[in-house]
Amino acid sequence: MADPALAETERHEWPGGDQLWLAASGILGFLVLWYACVKWVPLAAFGRLPDPLSVIREWLSLNPSYGISLFTKDYYVHILYSTYRALAAFALAIVLGVPLGIFMGWKKSVHQYAYGLFSLLRPVPPLAWVPVAILLFPGVEPAVIFVTFLVAFFAMTMNTYVGVKSIPEDYFRAAQCLGGTSSDVLKDVIIPGAMPSIFTGLQIAMGAAWFTLAAGEMIAAQYGLGFLIWEAYNLIQYPTIIIGMVTLGFVGYLSSVAVRIVGNRLMAWREERLGTAG
Amino acid sequence: MQEQASAIAVDPVAGPTTATAAPAASVHAPRRRKMTFNWRGLVSIAVFFLAWELAVRLRLPGFHELPGPITVARVLVQDFLYSPGYWESWAISFKRVLLGFLFAQILGVPLGLLLGTSRRFNAIVFPVFEMMRPIPPLAWVPLSILFWPTNEASIVFITFIGAFFIITINVYDGVKAIKKEHLWLASSLGAPRLTVFRRIIIPAVIPSIAVGMTLGIAVTWNVVIAAEMIASDSGLGRLTWEGYVSSTLPVVFVGMISIGVAGALSTWVVDVIEWRMMPWKRR
Amino acid sequence: MRDTLNGTSYQSGSARPSSGKVSIRNVSKIYDPEGARVVALDNFSIDFAPGDFLAIVGPSGCGKSTLLNILAGFDTLTSGEAYLDDELLASPDKPPRPGADRVVVFQQGALFPWKTVLDNVTYGLIKQGLVGRKEAEERGIAMLRSSGGLDRIAGSYPSQLSSGMQRRVEIIRALINDPKVLLLDEPFRAMDTVNKSTMHQHLLNIFRDNPKTIMFITHDLEEALYLADRVIVMTTRPGTVKLDIKVDLPRPRSREMMASHAYIALKEQTVMAVREEAQKAFERGEREMA
Repeated sequence: MADPALAETERHEWPGGDQLWLAASGILGFLVLWYACVKWVPLAAFGRLPDPLSVIREWLSLNPSYGISLFTKDYYVHILYSTYRALAAFALAIVLGVPLGIFMGWKKSVHQYAYGLFSLLRPVPPLAWVPVAILLFPGVEPAVIFVTFLVAFFAMTMNTYVGVKSIPEDYFRAAQCLGGTSSDVLKDVIIPGAMPSIFTGLQIAMGAAWFTLAAGEMIAAQYGLGFLIWEAYNLIQYPTIIIGMVTLGFVGYLSSVAVRIVGNRLMAWREERLGTAG
Repeated sequence: MQEQASAIAVDPVAGPTTATAAPAASVHAPRRRKMTFNWRGLVSIAVFFLAWELAVRLRLPGFHELPGPITVARVLVQDFLYSPGYWESWAISFKRVLLGFLFAQILGVPLGLLLGTSRRFNAIVFPVFEMMRPIPPLAWVPLSILFWPTNEASIVFITFIGAFFIITINVYDGVKAIKKEHLWLASSLGAPRLTVFRRIIIPAVIPSIAVGMTLGIAVTWNVVIAAEMIASDSGLGRLTWEGYVSSTLPVVFVGMISIGVAGALSTWVVDVIEWRMMPWKRR
Repeated sequence: MRDTLNGTSYQSGSARPSSGKVSIRNVSKIYDPEGARVVALDNFSIDFAPGDFLAIVGPSGCGKSTLLNILAGFDTLTSGEAYLDDELLASPDKPPRPGADRVVVFQQGALFPWKTVLDNVTYGLIKQGLVGRKEAEERGIAMLRSSGGLDRIAGSYPSQLSSGMQRRVEIIRALINDPKVLLLDEPFRAMDTVNKSTMHQHLLNIFRDNPKTIMFITHDLEEALYLADRVIVMTTRPGTVKLDIKVDLPRPRSREMMASHAYIALKEQTVMAVREEAQKAFERGEREMA
């Protein structure tokens, strides 16, 4: 999982047969270790944890004792709620954050106005906004989405800004001396030029959004994976906790991959130099 | 906020981690430019507070129960600044951040180094690591509470999780980025593995450790606050939450401001440490 | 057959272009006048006729790029005037605008990495609305082909090309707009000697087939003398004209010419002048640091 910003220097190494074995043994080893700790280590602390076997059994069962498995409707309801919230927050963050970031990078005055406000608000951790958001918005749903949006918004704006700022001045000049107007500069230089950073920002925003969302759901929501985890804990349904955690991780990971794939398609021009002939 | 080891990436809470590349104007001017104060920034901050106060006074939708900035300031100065309980909350939260952060460094840096230097280790451990990384730190709260005997330990553990993955990944990327040529050169000159490790790898990852620290501290604060809101009876996060629950709303804002200031302070401290670690980066 | 106009030789048969006369009158450029007051250009004046190949050399920081930026429209001037074909291009009251009559080829290369070669080349024509897309692409392909069969890479992205190819494409991107003046800002700076040499020939061929006013900035004195009709040596900051050398060597230029007495004499003259200014700049630099 090479970092996208390093993609130009790193050649992606596909696991060979040997690698696959080692990976599988690593995962298996981890599960075995986990099981051993829970069942055989005589520490009360470990004893309280759910063991991997019961988790897997529960997850794959057609009639799970705690009501959540791959085959129950409720499982997917929770996933859907979380996904919908994440997407809503994310979409809003893009729609508001990218244009703002572009203008901040383009016009110095905009940057100065925004920077003042940002420096004031940025140190406040997004989750500290939860109580205020609940009061401000009519209902928990918009409040949770708002807090998630905040995080993603900051990430998108800052990364877009950095992206625009990093475009070499000469590209702007080239567009101008070839007869481009301001809107041409926006379309032909700024947006494509900032794209790589925008996509890096998307990935960060995605990760941050899921992180915040899970917390927000745990604190204050009904339905959703974060809520599921917390509920399971309260109702002493421990294997379900793990199911929730793993699902959360998986969905978060999938969304990152999706973003990366879209990014690679849109930016096919970023290939390495191929020929050397002059 | 668990990803992104790139020095180009910008974490929303920590801010940009490298100087932004400003397009170069070919002005060959000596460095005696006067510092221009960001008046516009001040204006937007002032407008923000004004709008807030106005929204409360005018009882705009959503603002019915919220206090305005003046009320908050008053409550802060009158009830909190001089109350020992308030500063105790600071101390408690700070302690948790520090401990979690420290543990994350102690475990994360060696893990990152191992992942980057030993192919075998990487092949076995990295897949498991990568599968656990996307799980939000707060999702670990129930397990943490179940496992650890004390509440304090479970919160520190969550804080640790928050920073651990970031630090490890940054160190790992730092090792990966070391030019192969440097390593080849060293071994062709006959340097034993340990020397290569000490003289080349460690110095090369110091910037990555620094980046990991900067990103990590911001996440750590975020995590601590949330963990306190959910599962603790002390600390600044709890303070904020209790303000909400008991409907003494100015307290909510006092909590937010305090957390913000505390977070900014920690970031500044980490920046100073980063300066010390990398004196060549000073302007 | 020698056709001397302002002392420049032309190969028989090629005419001077009708436009591209540049006049720079007492141009000064001061950065940060209230503060650090950096005088980049000081009373700089030159005139060049349509079709002149002008090279500007000088020590680093002498303002060569500033001059180009003003002409191209990227920067304002503090005093003086610049005229293009007797029309006011820039003055303190009239900031210059960039335009397709003065296209620039940039030092670090500014082909849009996200556009194909053909899209890059046709960009100017399409943006100015002179011709439709189809016509623009046909012209683009034709120009690429005549520039050494580059039409075969019309669909490639710049990152897939070698630096020499990128330069050629960038020059075509500029020339296809038929500008009055072609401005080149140290375009071959980063190239190795062999590639540079090939590019020189390429540029000279273009100049022969399609004469234009060319302003070429470089720090490579040999390059300047080899390519240009006139070489202007600039003083160190504040920049002004130190020496205006007419390169009276016959065209077409050849490598053998570089061994001739005339060339060597010119080179010595130029080198001495530049060295004097470089020394001044060096001493001043030391004083500034102290």
